[in-house]
Amino acid sequence: MSMTAQPEANPDLAISIRGVTKIFGPDPDTALAALDGGKSKADLLAETGHVVGLDHVSLDIERGQIFVVMGLSGSGKSTLIRHINRLIEPTAGEIFVNGTDVLKLSLPDLRAMRSSDVSMVFQKFALLPHRSVIDNVAYGLEIRGVGKSERHGEAEKWIETVGLSGYEDAMPRQLSGGQQQRVGLARALALDTDIILMDEAFSALDPLIRSGMQDQLIELQKSLNKTILFITHDFDEALKIGDRIAVLKDGALQQEGEPEQIVLHPANEHIEEFVRDINKARVIRVRSIMRTDATGPCDMTVHADARCEDVLPLFADHQWVGVIDEDGRQIGRIGARQVIEALARDHPH
Amino acid sequence: MFPELIDTRPLRRAVDNGLDWVVANWGSTFEAAAHPLLLMLNGIEALLIAIPWWVIIAVLTGIAYVATRRPGLPITVFIALMFLGVMDLWEDAMSTTALMIAATISAIVVSIPVGVWMSRSRRVRQIVTPILDLMQTLPSFVYLIPTVMIFGPGKIPALLATIVYAAPPLARLTDLGLRSVDPAVIEASRAFGSNPTQRLLGVQVPLALPTILAGINQTTMMALAMVVIASMIGAGGLGYQVLQGIGRLEVSRGLFAGIGIVALAIIFDRITQAFGQQLQGRIGLKEARP
Repeated sequence: MSMTAQPEANPDLAISIRGVTKIFGPDPDTALAALDGGKSKADLLAETGHVVGLDHVSLDIERGQIFVVMGLSGSGKSTLIRHINRLIEPTAGEIFVNGTDVLKLSLPDLRAMRSSDVSMVFQKFALLPHRSVIDNVAYGLEIRGVGKSERHGEAEKWIETVGLSGYEDAMPRQLSGGQQQRVGLARALALDTDIILMDEAFSALDPLIRSGMQDQLIELQKSLNKTILFITHDFDEALKIGDRIAVLKDGALQQEGEPEQIVLHPANEHIEEFVRDINKARVIRVRSIMRTDATGPCDMTVHADARCEDVLPLFADHQWVGVIDEDGRQIGRIGARQVIEALARDHPH
Repeated sequence: MFPELIDTRPLRRAVDNGLDWVVANWGSTFEAAAHPLLLMLNGIEALLIAIPWWVIIAVLTGIAYVATRRPGLPITVFIALMFLGVMDLWEDAMSTTALMIAATISAIVVSIPVGVWMSRSRRVRQIVTPILDLMQTLPSFVYLIPTVMIFGPGKIPALLATIVYAAPPLARLTDLGLRSVDPAVIEASRAFGSNPTQRLLGVQVPLALPTILAGINQTTMMALAMVVIASMIGAGGLGYQVLQGIGRLEVSRGLFAGIGIVALAIIFDRITQAFGQQLQGRIGLKEARP
């Protein structure tokens, strides 16, 4: 596989990675040649002790999206996210952030990139335990060389945004897990980078707190319009917050697309297993299952982006519900049968 | 009898003659190089003796209170210091304290950078660790004799011997403390664009500080353990009293001076430990005591 064939990175993409492969072990380059020669990952591990962390992963992430990478533990998702800001060096492949080839950056330029283009939120919060909340939030700005009063002012603003006003002088250990992760989020937001990497950011939190943080993230995203690369092992979480989802398994990309696409058309058995256990009515939108045969207007209409669970109650009184677009024009109709077919676990066809 | 495989006499002669040559040709250079150490030691000693006894008692008792916020330690410190005064050991205790402080300061200057270097490179750690082992296990008289030959009997060889014996634990604990810092926190610091110096001074050293402080505590204790040996080659103080007690078979003199050394050890051990615990509580590695 040729890695240099890619001519120019698309500068419109926030993040673009091309054929990124990471092999852990004493001699990754030889192992890479063996992998490209068709040797299986299991054989590679058994014979040479090399672990394939990522296997020729390519992804394009557009600006302003919440892009979720989903995978079970050991799927390589945490390894992947650490390639974006080069906390881990790839064995092969190319990584572009805002059109810049990250792998060609010198160390000082790389530090500048981490400080001004890409910030990060961690699974175990990774707050500085010896610093107060406000000094944790201001940490990135301090590294950037911003003066004390200015960075404290900025930090104050973000502490308020994440709802921790009054805790400025508290120490991290005095906060609950959810509060600590709000500090972690504020620390990343305070740098005002276009891109935020979130490595299982909510996985260590209780379900209720996690749900609240997810809602807050979606709200924040609406007002700030960042590009967020979010890593999770939780498919429900991926469906809830993701504009697009990529599924990783054993370091290889399985499927990439909109949540609905993945739920309706799982690419393989591995993804079907995830899809089986989720509440599809909450994911599938009427737009993708409506009938577009020409009919007269219906008494009851819903927006094309409405979800199955929104239209279900309407079938009690209506056989058909019209589907309308943004301008209020009817573009199709939906009946109970379409919904049932979409939600049924096994399709007869 | 083990068979004589080689004749070791030339080797011994070479070592002895080599040392003689160093003493003859480099003795004054070494002495000049070590002069700052002597100035520091004499300065500290003169200062401690010049300060009125009640000021020192008040200050140390005050520090003990600040370190613990409880009456227990200040009372212990007060009693220990009163004992030294009442037993007519005050001046000796001050020179012993001066030797301990001078050795500790020198150890901090040398050992902390060595510990930092060890923590950053496996190779360095592999080379330095056996040297530290050697410094701690080699009987001190083995290096005392050449040191005395080079510098002549007096305070310099005494101080050097104390430093050699007392410095290793600080280097070891600095290395350990820096390597024990949570890798996730260091990764976070990297992810925010910090450079290695920012990481060392802003994250690693502050988080390793309780361990480094434990190393300083160890260094003070080992420096006090050396005072009797140090007095054999010219250091005064409590160690010299013990030595005289042994020499003159005056059990009481040896006993009281010995207890005096223990009293000093208790004072400095408890105060540094209390500060270490307070620090641990402050940075959240351990729950602070109420």
